[in-house]
Amino acid sequence: MSALFPFHGGLKTVRHKTESNQTPIQAGILPPRLTVPLRQHIGAIAKPLVQPGDRVLKGQMIGQPDGYISAAIHAPTSGVVSAVDQQPVPHPSGLSDLCVTIETDGEERWIDREPVDYRRLHPSELRQTIRNAGVVGLGGAGFPSAVKLNLAGRSEPLATLMLNGAECEPWITCDDRLMRERAAEVVAGLQIMAHLLEPQEVLIGIEDDKPEAIAAMTAACAGTGYEVRPVPTRYPSGSVKQLVKLLTGKETPVDGLPVDVGVQCFNVATAYTVHRAINCGEPMLSRVVTVTGQVHRPGNLETLIGTPFAELIKQCGGYRENVERLIMGGPMMGFALHSDDAPVTKAANCLLAAGSAELAPELPVLPCIRCGACMDVCPANLLPQQLYWHARAKEFDQARDCHLFSCIECGCCSHVCPSHIPLVQYYRYAKNEIWAKEKEKQRAEQARQRHQARMERLEREKQEREAKLRQKAPVRPEPAVASTNPHSDPLTPAPSPAKGEGHPEG
Amino acid sequence: MIIAVMALGLLAGASGLLLGFAAIRFEVEGDPIVEQIDAVLPQTQCGQCGYAGCRPYAEAIAAGEADINLCPPGGQNGIAALAELLGRDPKPLDPASGVEKPKMAAVIDEQNCIGCTLCIQACPVDAIVGAAKHMHTVIARECTGCELCLAPCPVDCIHMIPFAPSITTWKWTYPAVEVKAAA
Ligand code: SF4
Ligand code: SF4
Ligand code: SF4
Ligand code: SF4
Repeated sequence: MSALFPFHGGLKTVRHKTESNQTPIQAGILPPRLTVPLRQHIGAIAKPLVQPGDRVLKGQMIGQPDGYISAAIHAPTSGVVSAVDQQPVPHPSGLSDLCVTIETDGEERWIDREPVDYRRLHPSELRQTIRNAGVVGLGGAGFPSAVKLNLAGRSEPLATLMLNGAECEPWITCDDRLMRERAAEVVAGLQIMAHLLEPQEVLIGIEDDKPEAIAAMTAACAGTGYEVRPVPTRYPSGSVKQLVKLLTGKETPVDGLPVDVGVQCFNVATAYTVHRAINCGEPMLSRVVTVTGQVHRPGNLETLIGTPFAELIKQCGGYRENVERLIMGGPMMGFALHSDDAPVTKAANCLLAAGSAELAPELPVLPCIRCGACMDVCPANLLPQQLYWHARAKEFDQARDCHLFSCIECGCCSHVCPSHIPLVQYYRYAKNEIWAKEKEKQRAEQARQRHQARMERLEREKQEREAKLRQKAPVRPEPAVASTNPHSDPLTPAPSPAKGEGHPEG
Repeated sequence: MIIAVMALGLLAGASGLLLGFAAIRFEVEGDPIVEQIDAVLPQTQCGQCGYAGCRPYAEAIAAGEADINLCPPGGQNGIAALAELLGRDPKPLDPASGVEKPKMAAVIDEQNCIGCTLCIQACPVDAIVGAAKHMHTVIARECTGCELCLAPCPVDCIHMIPFAPSITTWKWTYPAVEVKAAA
């Protein structure tokens, strides 16, 4: 077995895996109504392709990727579109976003599924198929996979293709069950990725508390040359940069990506989805969700995207008493949902019904004593207390200089802080403020340019008028209209009736 | 309707490109201090500071003719940024200029718009599209919320609508924790 390269910091956490990983993945029920968000990924929101009243087939594209960094959205089952509007989505804000609501018909009528032989397709066609299948990173980030499968423009060949099966967060077991039960399909997807990326080696990292998954994946990899590497159970080994360090010894640059050091990493469920997309012709319509914590029958459900969380809870026997919070994702990196009406999305790996036993008790926040405990556990090698001082004082430039954006929000620092300071909350706040300022700046710059262009146009028009006057040519005064004026555009909306007539122009 | 909106969107995109190009072509060599001040101002171009736009105000500040607390859209943060840039002390916004308001965008009530083009002539950033006697529309993305189009409209069909909170603009708030003095 090859050597491992431990990353700095990290934590031994409680595991809570056996609650949900003892039973096979169960098929989720088909609910009467699915609410499918058009933004389930990093990048631009998908453009709706359907209207209320439309009949849709299972697997039909209902949201089109808008630009390169975007992802397609599909109807998870057949039925009738009842609305395309704002609905609550799983988000820390509890706000709504554009969703397609489908009244399901229970018939599960498919589109024509066309499996393709990936070896025969041109790489760009293959990527296009993956893109049209709506495949995004399923480890939680939701980054469009087709983009990561394109290394055009990089001169160096890829050293390592890495599959992330670490699943380091407590409570979550969906990847564990997927690897145990569908290892062959995961590896089939991995083969397609390897075909596109042509890496020198393929490594699969799995935490050593999952011996069954390690055995199944090792068996499925026989004859492929892919290597399964068990890694010690230490949070956050499943975080990309930390896993890259563990398996290859390479340090990803502070503000860079693993691909900068020749590593591209995907989640095991993403590989499985690529397999379904190419070898079965099925776009991404469902995912395995761990439902655990204070429910009567915890387990893993293969759930259609758009299923309300409440249905999952029901299928798992309902809430036990004293549920205080419903968390999407794990207890370390997840967030509290505002209601269980929100739908399952591609990024929803776990639904944790947390009672007081699962939640850290809220202890009084004390001043920072500069003990350095946070620094010792920070897997990103940051100085969390320094970041905290700057974020608290709203010194955003300094926070950025201390590599705020390398913080992966793993929560190790908050977890060990003897003063119970909600450190990650400060970092999230500071990051959001910096982004917002950046956006505002861009808007202002745009406005400045438009204003300048307008002034120049007015000046030009004035000079033209004066020139004409000098020529004493007969002129009919024209209203000054914007340069964006679609005078000659055949698609210009019809004139507003009646009222417009007879009104003096300009 | 969808097609019309798409067409307008395309037009907006195309003109954006053109304008970007224009900005590069017509960029004039300017006073670096004025440039720096102008870069801090919000570019709303509303004139509430008493000047004809952000740049004239920047020039006035640079020339020592105007104080740094006259821009309501920039608000207290803007004043702080100017103070830092110029090495002065921040001060409260001059109430004579106006008050700091949440960001808003103009929306034209298309049922009542008579297509007079007066608002187009007023808009400092060409954020309104529409031909004479045709319904006009505000490109929300380009609108700076300056309110200059409100007064000229003869039928009062333009309204300022605050930006609805959305998950793309939502922010984590400053942690509301009470730090206890050591126990
Ligand atoms: S662990 Fe908490 S108290 Fe210790 S240095 Fe870090 S922030 Fe300060
Ligand atoms: S949350 Fe950020 S600062 Fe804290 S330990 Fe994790 S990476 Fe380091
Ligand atoms: S008040 Fe502010 S935003 Fe308005 S024109 Fe003056 S500097 Fe620009
Ligand atoms: S549309 Fe109206 S409020 Fe918006 S920038 Fe133009 S003039 Fe100002």
